[in-house]
Amino acid sequence: MIEEIGTTEQGDLIINVGPQHPATHGVLHLVITLNGETIKKIEPHLGYIHRSIEKMCESLTYRQFIYTTSRMDYLSSHINNHGCALLVEKGLQIEVPPRAQVIRILMDELTRIASHILWWGAMAMDLGAMTPYFHAFRERELINDIMEETCGARLTMNYQVPGGVMADIHPNFQRRVKDIIKQLYKKLPEYDELVTGNTIFKARTQGIGYLSKEDAISYGVTGPSARASGVSCDIRKLYPYEGYEKLNFQEVMHTGCDTYSRYLVRMIEIRESISILEQLVDNIPEGDYQAKTKAVLKLPKGEFYTRVETARGELGVYVVSEGGTTPYRIKFRSPGFSNLCALDHMTRGQKIGDMVAIMGSLDLVIPDIDR
Amino acid sequence: MSTEQQPIQFPGHVIDTPGGGILSGPIDDVINWARSNSLWPLTFATSCCAIEMMSTAAAKYDFSRFGFEVYRATPRQADVIIIAGTIVNKMAPVLKRLYDQMGEPKYVIAMGACATSGGPFFYNTYSVVKGADHVIPVDVYVAGCPPRPEALLHALITLQEKIKAGTKRERIDIDGNKIIDKR
Repeated sequence: MIEEIGTTEQGDLIINVGPQHPATHGVLHLVITLNGETIKKIEPHLGYIHRSIEKMCESLTYRQFIYTTSRMDYLSSHINNHGCALLVEKGLQIEVPPRAQVIRILMDELTRIASHILWWGAMAMDLGAMTPYFHAFRERELINDIMEETCGARLTMNYQVPGGVMADIHPNFQRRVKDIIKQLYKKLPEYDELVTGNTIFKARTQGIGYLSKEDAISYGVTGPSARASGVSCDIRKLYPYEGYEKLNFQEVMHTGCDTYSRYLVRMIEIRESISILEQLVDNIPEGDYQAKTKAVLKLPKGEFYTRVETARGELGVYVVSEGGTTPYRIKFRSPGFSNLCALDHMTRGQKIGDMVAIMGSLDLVIPDIDR
Repeated sequence: MSTEQQPIQFPGHVIDTPGGGILSGPIDDVINWARSNSLWPLTFATSCCAIEMMSTAAAKYDFSRFGFEVYRATPRQADVIIIAGTIVNKMAPVLKRLYDQMGEPKYVIAMGACATSGGPFFYNTYSVVKGADHVIPVDVYVAGCPPRPEALLHALITLQEKIKAGTKRERIDIDGNKIIDKR
């Protein structure tokens, strides 16, 4: 199960971090080979939260399996549901009403903001600052309130269904979104003042965890972690879905390749998401929020693949259908798994104290990795 | 159920003496009272419920009002495990080990449907433990997927009441003998 502390033949120390360790943001087990304070190798052990979601989905119908995916990457559950709903719509050629499309994008971007804000608090907490955590949750609670009013849940919303969204938006929705935009514009400079320009934070993050563009591509790193290495990989830009192509927003890129630039990319992404919200919140078209679909959905025989951009990177959903009511095989390409693969490469030669900062900057969600 | 809050009763009664008073009561009650108001949770979180547990700790819900402020990263300093999330077969021995490493007295809260019964992962899975009580004894169960922060607060207050009432629990020691908890 858990290996004991030991030494290798070369006299290097082997230590275990996790599965229960606050810095791993969940139940990840790292076996670290140390030469003094310098990391020689990191071996991640997975499976401590392997809930067999992929196997489970094979016995659930195309309406039901979406709900298990919001437990996968619970910080961007809307976007996970979105990916699955898109796949079913692609297979059955369902046309989503424009109102549902706009609501979906609004929800996705709110989720992305909430996820990045929580990451900001957790990252600062990893580096020893407690206050940002409370600031982050103050704004996150406001977003949770919006979700609760419309979807009925705070965290695992299960709001996006094949054909649209489950219910129409709450009458207060637009007003609330405008409030949160106003609140964020007021508070984001405060965030920057607190952490971004902080000398201690800069000293602990600049120049560590270097991931070059070539390595990011070869490890399959996606999302903000890859964009901080100069890789253009935003699915919203490259393979637009749900009308993202009509919106005016930037793909945030940075060429610093280190932990600090990964931090910066996420902070700018919050602002880009706010600008998307601003463009859409007053322009929600009238009409149906859900297309008319059959009671029992049956995907035609074949293979289907869709991808969406979650807060962590590219989520791919791959389904093999035999023509029945349940998938024959389902596979999720989760962003966290690929991003974790680069951890060993990024931490080699770094000090063990910096490992926490490097791992924090990857924004890992462990149930997303293990599934 | 009355909605009025009962004032917190300090155990025992005061015998008035000139210049103050003497408190008289069973020492167990006083210890239980003290224990219930400084429960330190272990930072143990496996999945989604962790975020709601973090919300409970953050400013809006703020469970430090009730004495749960100090999260401990090591089981040796913690009093209560909040099992926030699913327990799978690979994690079960780790959970048992963490529980064994905690000092007496120790308490367990099963947060959410997964820790209570397997929840949404009850059917069709091969790797989920169907309830954390298959591994370690549980004092309080919380329903929800995930439970709201208020539900977790209610569970924590229920645990406090349980401790104040001096509830004893049947337990099984390492050799498999039944022992009655003396706390």
